[in-house]
Amino acid sequence: MKIKLFYFARLKESLKYSTEDLELSEADGPWTILKLKALLSKRGDVWGQMLMGKLKVRAAINHELVHDNAAIADGDEVAFFPPVTGG
Amino acid sequence: MTVRVQTEDFDAGFEIDQLRRARRDVGAVVSFIGQVRDINEGDEVSQLTLEHYPGMTEKSLDAIISQAKTRWNIMDVLIIHRVGTLQPCDQIVLVAVSGGHRGEAFAACAFVMDYLKTEAPFWKKELTQSGERWVEAKTSDDEARERWDKTQEKTPK
Repeated sequence: MKIKLFYFARLKESLKYSTEDLELSEADGPWTILKLKALLSKRGDVWGQMLMGKLKVRAAINHELVHDNAAIADGDEVAFFPPVTGG
Repeated sequence: MTVRVQTEDFDAGFEIDQLRRARRDVGAVVSFIGQVRDINEGDEVSQLTLEHYPGMTEKSLDAIISQAKTRWNIMDVLIIHRVGTLQPCDQIVLVAVSGGHRGEAFAACAFVMDYLKTEAPFWKKELTQSGERWVEAKTSDDEARERWDKTQEKTPK
């Protein structure tokens, strides 16, 4: 299945990615946020530090904040970002 | 309800006036303006850059307004939040709430700001003399939001 990924703020800067299209193997499913983080962390040290390290990371699926165990479906827009600091 | 995320500055006086004049049964308008400070964590700040998540940010602000309208007897809510590069003394955010009476409008305005600071996807990066750094989320902001979650009463203790 295909998903669209977005990264924001410190993650975007450190990973040097703002967006990407990703193909997830159906055979390895079902996919959750935690499983996706684990997959992306294999790309290298900075990925592991940013997604599975000490820094807090929040995730959204289709513009809704979700927890690590949230399920990802085909066509979803998934985003990773640090805790928010607006206002 | 109105939500605007924009790089341009806004005229708070004009916006508040519009909200006030929109209905003849409005008895109170409560507003909050956030401004860029020239200091943070003891360091001089010369510039602030705000990033957001187009689409999700607007939806999140809409959802916060809907929650406020469910909880309080208020008439309208306006949120304007700026993004891009700002300087000290620049306005960042305006929240204005209109209602029949002040009590519910005051509470709803505080609620919207507390939720905005902890739920709406905005991120601040500041420029200090030692370079650029991302602003860290504060636990005091989380606590400010949580006090609304702990009670269904209209004013948290």
